[in-house]
Amino acid sequence: MSQKVLLSEKEINIILHRLACQLLENHLDFSNTVLIGIQPRGTFVAERLTKILKEEYKVKHIDLGFLDITFYRDDFRRGDKTLEATATSINFLVEDKNVVLIDDVLYTGRSINAALTALQSFGRPKDVELLTLIDRRFSRHLPIQPNYRGRQVDAINNEKVKVMWKENDGKDVIYLINK
Amino acid sequence: MSELSVKHLLGIKYLNEKDIQLIFETADHFKEVINRSIKKVPSLRDITIANIFFENSTRTKLSFELAEKRLSADVINFSAGQSSVKKGETLIDTVNNILSMKVDMVVMRHPNPGAGIFLSKHVNASIVNAGDGAHEHPTQALLDSYSIREKLGDVAGKNVVIVGDILHSRVALSNIFALKLQGANVKVCGPKTLLPKHVESLGVEVETDLRKALNWCDVANMLRIQNERLDISYFPTTREYTQQFGVNRTLLESLNKEIVIMHPGPINRGVEITSDVADSNQSIILNQVENGVAIRMAVIYLLASKIK
Repeated sequence: MSQKVLLSEKEINIILHRLACQLLENHLDFSNTVLIGIQPRGTFVAERLTKILKEEYKVKHIDLGFLDITFYRDDFRRGDKTLEATATSINFLVEDKNVVLIDDVLYTGRSINAALTALQSFGRPKDVELLTLIDRRFSRHLPIQPNYRGRQVDAINNEKVKVMWKENDGKDVIYLINK
Repeated sequence: MSELSVKHLLGIKYLNEKDIQLIFETADHFKEVINRSIKKVPSLRDITIANIFFENSTRTKLSFELAEKRLSADVINFSAGQSSVKKGETLIDTVNNILSMKVDMVVMRHPNPGAGIFLSKHVNASIVNAGDGAHEHPTQALLDSYSIREKLGDVAGKNVVIVGDILHSRVALSNIFALKLQGANVKVCGPKTLLPKHVESLGVEVETDLRKALNWCDVANMLRIQNERLDISYFPTTREYTQQFGVNRTLLESLNKEIVIMHPGPINRGVEITSDVADSNQSIILNQVENGVAIRMAVIYLLASKIK
């Protein structure tokens, strides 16, 4: 197994700021926009972006939610292990809102497909956009593309992208691991 | 990633502490789901479940059916009263006929203790015991412990007294197993005629003075007097039972602390508890019913994920 650094802490920080600016450009004051981080790891990206938007770009209020997609996944009973859920916390309705789904790595697109189904339990959004930090472009199983992407990666299937965060893993870094 | 240690839910006796924690954590997520405006998830859309009830039930049957539907499973219901069982068909034949219609899971209530265990050895489906005679009623015990955990934060170290007909009660036995497994202290209280011999061997204490028991406990689980199971007279009159083992407001107010009142339902109002107790803030009876759906969703979800 070998691993190389795909993005360093500094690069991640620059990318997060760029993504925040792109969101700001399209959504201005976020009055009709909600950010939803996909559990378990999209929540870190969503929290970081919210922090940057509030502290550095002075957005007063952002609705931020976390969505667990476990019960909506299409691989229930297809793997060896029980799919274990994490918490959903969405304390607002998404009816008629502009929703930005946020995840760390876009790979097959199946998680996003599940997230779109799960989102229907919280109302009918006006539109839904997708933001991902890493986009593995040659591995999609479904016609799903991000509206905002941090970095596009041409990883092959036996490679794994591992995103680490200070608050969870001790440091900010993204590795490309060859299994 | 963890999973249940069992393929069937036949009784609490066959679970370990980790299984119970996993069921509770999964139920937490389902409780959030059933409080949304859209209360349904698609997880079990390719699973079919048969609810087979050889004995009457309202709450448990509705709760299971609702849990299954909230998980998007296909559900068929079967009551012994309207079936070929009356024509002499055996249990295995009945169930195998249902399974031939491609059913993946069976939820069964049966008047004979051990019916679920017997079935699990002879048919190829995941079995959930929804009550087998005076033996076990595992989902009831799970939802009872879950409700205690929700109300008091934890089950470990809490003092719980189970009051009433311990002898005929599957709720009592499953509760004793579940509570002991989670580290609670358990006492049983009732007329001596309704306490099984050697019940102490399960690690519980016996108390025949209700006031003493209530003063000791954090939670009192009041069982129903099951007239349908009382083939002989175990106490002189219902009135006398109520005087000695019924809980009323005056009794509760004379205690040195506020305790939590539970009841598995259906309540005989004025027998084991009075209406003002059942409907008071101390009672979590309706929370138990709500939690029942979340617990059954968790159990079915976790067992279904083991069906390949």
